[in-house]
Amino acid sequence: MRKLVLLVVLAALAGFGAFWVVTMPATVPASALGAHTPNHDNGRTMFYAGGCASCHAAPQQDDKTRLGGGFALKSPYGTFIAPNISPHPEDGIGRWSEAEFVTAMVKGTSPDGRHYFPAFPYPSYQRMATADVRDLFAYLKTLAPVPGRAPDHTIAFPYNIRRLLGGWKLLFLDGAPFRPDPGKPADWNRGAYLVEGPAHCAECHSPRNALGGIVAAQRYAGGPNPDGEGWVPNITQKTLGEWSDKDIAYLLETGSTPEADFVGSNMAAVVRNTSQLSAADRAAMAAYIKSLPPRDGPPRPPKKK
Amino acid sequence: MNRTLLAAAAVVIGITAVAAQSDPIAQRKEIMKGVGAQTKTGAAMAKGEAPFDQAKATQIFTTYEDAAAKMPNLFPANSKSGGETTAAAKIWEDMDGFKKGFTEFGADAKAAKGNVKDLDSFKANFGNVTKNCGGCHETYRVKKS
Repeated sequence: MRKLVLLVVLAALAGFGAFWVVTMPATVPASALGAHTPNHDNGRTMFYAGGCASCHAAPQQDDKTRLGGGFALKSPYGTFIAPNISPHPEDGIGRWSEAEFVTAMVKGTSPDGRHYFPAFPYPSYQRMATADVRDLFAYLKTLAPVPGRAPDHTIAFPYNIRRLLGGWKLLFLDGAPFRPDPGKPADWNRGAYLVEGPAHCAECHSPRNALGGIVAAQRYAGGPNPDGEGWVPNITQKTLGEWSDKDIAYLLETGSTPEADFVGSNMAAVVRNTSQLSAADRAAMAAYIKSLPPRDGPPRPPKKK
Repeated sequence: MNRTLLAAAAVVIGITAVAAQSDPIAQRKEIMKGVGAQTKTGAAMAKGEAPFDQAKATQIFTTYEDAAAKMPNLFPANSKSGGETTAAAKIWEDMDGFKKGFTEFGADAKAAKGNVKDLDSFKANFGNVTKNCGGCHETYRVKKS
């Protein structure tokens, strides 16, 4: 009997040990980053492609470069509050090293070694080129430091146990940077990089499973808005078949659909960012989106009479 | 005789007004449909798909002004749901902000009407006025299905 208890305890310890090891937050060491001369213009492009301001600029504030945080992102797990990522030394990321920033963006790990919740879309940001992430960091450092910390997230148990996110990462974070398709033209590859990486379009335009991971077979096929009411549309050729590349690029520039309707909800904020990109980058994103094969998403709620 | 006619006319107008008021959702949809049609014309001109036409430009901004004047009164408390409305609950939580959006939209449209002389000035003014569209849809419209 005593032996059995001992065995059970040992097994539990081994299990916990294994859990602890596989859920260890990953980091990018400073030694992995070579020499780099930051390019602020490219950093600005990454800032607008990445839509940082949509969550990190304080809500109701006209100047979207003051990144004091505070935006509340509702979800089935609770409410996430975007933190201050302005260069403020105490309240923002002013004291972060470049390696800590790269780690946050591509590994989803904070400087104090905790897992970030994937409300911060690092499963997309992990596709970014390290040089682009470093340029973004350099650009963020040029913005105004904003004092004040955003309130904490209010996440329900057990989702608030951050260590569990290590398991989530095993399932949904592959650690692979973007790989261009050599068979496709350069602008398509640029678009694929922007859409899959910094612009993180799939994060809202795809349905999620019970664990909060994107349903791979329905990527870009739309789904219920995770942030409250409404429906995020399918952007594969299933619904955008009638749209030309130019129509998609025009929407990213002006917010207007071919039917001359103006996109609303969170997409209006996205357009505020994509309108700041170069016409070439918007055209590249459009070329990639236009190439998304038609996929059926979850059924939309029926129209009520 | 004249008086009878007048009275009849007044009754007809009254009934029409009541009918419209009783279905504000249908009415605001109709107005937005008109705005959309004008915007389509404007976008075609701005994109160079259709030639610039001063009369059409004036019509676009007049329609906008008219919509901006009428729309704020079409959101009574009993029109929050039904009829496939895409109106967000936020409208009734922040009626002042909602109405302010239309005031600005109307003022911008009025100014644009006076400013537009050629294609370039149209592009600039059309872009400026239609910025109001997305700004309002962002907060006050929800596509539910």
